[in-house]
Amino acid sequence: MARGTVAVVGAAETTEMGVIPETSELQLHADAALNTMADAGLTAADIDGIAAAGEAPDVLAQYLGITPAWLDGTLIGGSSFMLHVRHAMAAIEAGLCTTVLITHGESGRSRVEAKGFPEFIGGKLAGQFEVPYGGSLPPTMFTIPVLRYLRTHGLRPEDMAPVSVVQREWAALNPRATFKDPVTVNDVMNSRMVAYPFTLLMCCLRTDGGGALILTSANRANDFPHPPVYILGTGESAEGPMVSQLDDFISSKAFRLSGERAFAEAGISHDDVDHLMIYDAFAHVPLYGLEDLGFCKPGEAAAFVADRNTAPGGSLPLNTNGGGLSYMHSGMYGMYAMQESIRQLRGIAPAQVPGAQVSVAHGVGGMFSVAGTIIFGNEPA
Amino acid sequence: MTHQTERVLPRPTPETTHFWEGTRTGELRLQKCDDCGKIYFPPRPFCPKCGSRDVSAFAASGRATLYSYVISHIPAPGLEPPYSVAVVTLEEGPRLMTNIVACDQTPEALTLDMPLEVTFEAQNDEITLPFFKPAA
Repeated sequence: MARGTVAVVGAAETTEMGVIPETSELQLHADAALNTMADAGLTAADIDGIAAAGEAPDVLAQYLGITPAWLDGTLIGGSSFMLHVRHAMAAIEAGLCTTVLITHGESGRSRVEAKGFPEFIGGKLAGQFEVPYGGSLPPTMFTIPVLRYLRTHGLRPEDMAPVSVVQREWAALNPRATFKDPVTVNDVMNSRMVAYPFTLLMCCLRTDGGGALILTSANRANDFPHPPVYILGTGESAEGPMVSQLDDFISSKAFRLSGERAFAEAGISHDDVDHLMIYDAFAHVPLYGLEDLGFCKPGEAAAFVADRNTAPGGSLPLNTNGGGLSYMHSGMYGMYAMQESIRQLRGIAPAQVPGAQVSVAHGVGGMFSVAGTIIFGNEPA
Repeated sequence: MTHQTERVLPRPTPETTHFWEGTRTGELRLQKCDDCGKIYFPPRPFCPKCGSRDVSAFAASGRATLYSYVISHIPAPGLEPPYSVAVVTLEEGPRLMTNIVACDQTPEALTLDMPLEVTFEAQNDEITLPFFKPAA
């Protein structure tokens, strides 16, 4: 796909964020969609493509009054929305549709008409060969690789703690963040053990919320109320949902392949990146992401974070909304990572990175199962 | 480990029945491609490397090493916290998820690369699960 031919012209999250017991999952999608259409100055009549995960795209089309010429219901976990963006870009370039709405809504905490624990987490083989041993929830699946990673690189569990500490610093700057009080490495290490070596403060939140995006062709992107955010490069890949069957535990193949594709398509180097979002379901995931996307050499990401390179004022601001660890995490967090990238490039983020022009949003689906990477820029080329 | 009958138990499919027949008789069965020699897990009636349908099951040695794990403090059906959720590397190459049993569920007792051996525990008449314990 060609760099910068499609742009984000509408982006918004749900009106409320956090604990929203008065709103069903379907309505969280709709609330985000309505806010996003208002952001773009559009109505349902202007939308001719729809993608959603959690609710089926045809359900959303009917509920919102959209008549789609293109639908995408890719549901592969938290990076579904990165894949939607990539697929929507291809569809717009191919002329299948002109204006795509991508929605996310999830009653992750209040569970108001929420979907059950999805089978994509493991699939039927995992039901036989992982679930019986307790490998049935993210805290006991996503986490399993990390002891091997730490051992390989001569690191200790406490070397993951600065990820949580630094992201809490970012969250303190974000009025909508769930947790804003500062934490120390000791606080992280002394919080309740969830699944050794992961303590509670190394694990993401569980909240309610949603977000949506509207994409259209770059040649009409200046006709909207907000400055367009162009899509410079995209990538996706998958390794599969059984964590026991990953190639190895010190690097994610899906991360590497997705990231390589996105950077190659964007034609940028890592030095060009002003701002970075890496889906942080647990504290180790940004470390894998920093290394697998090529920002750090293998084994060096923990020191990179501890040395405050990703902190406020650092050279590579990372997860500046506070991330899944402190901002919010509804279950499929990838949408919020992209929302923050777009806020940064629009120049309206609560913790604004001065002059940010290129932002990378990297998502994970399942437990290192699927990766999606989107590179955004505020210039088309 | 108590309350074993409350575990979420496997529901065998036609493609995996031979594995669960094996555990009932004390065998940990892997599959091998008769064309390219690839040894693989989990079960499927074709080779994931070359696509051949000429594959056969065989009994693995049951020897393994500890690749990685967590010690879960989260209650789960049939599992009394703290319990290890582990991935082991079988002597023949494939990895699988299991629990490490017959040892303390502590970081001190569970050291990466420690030698392990399979042990079988019947959950009911149909399902016997393979666990791993420190090698004798």
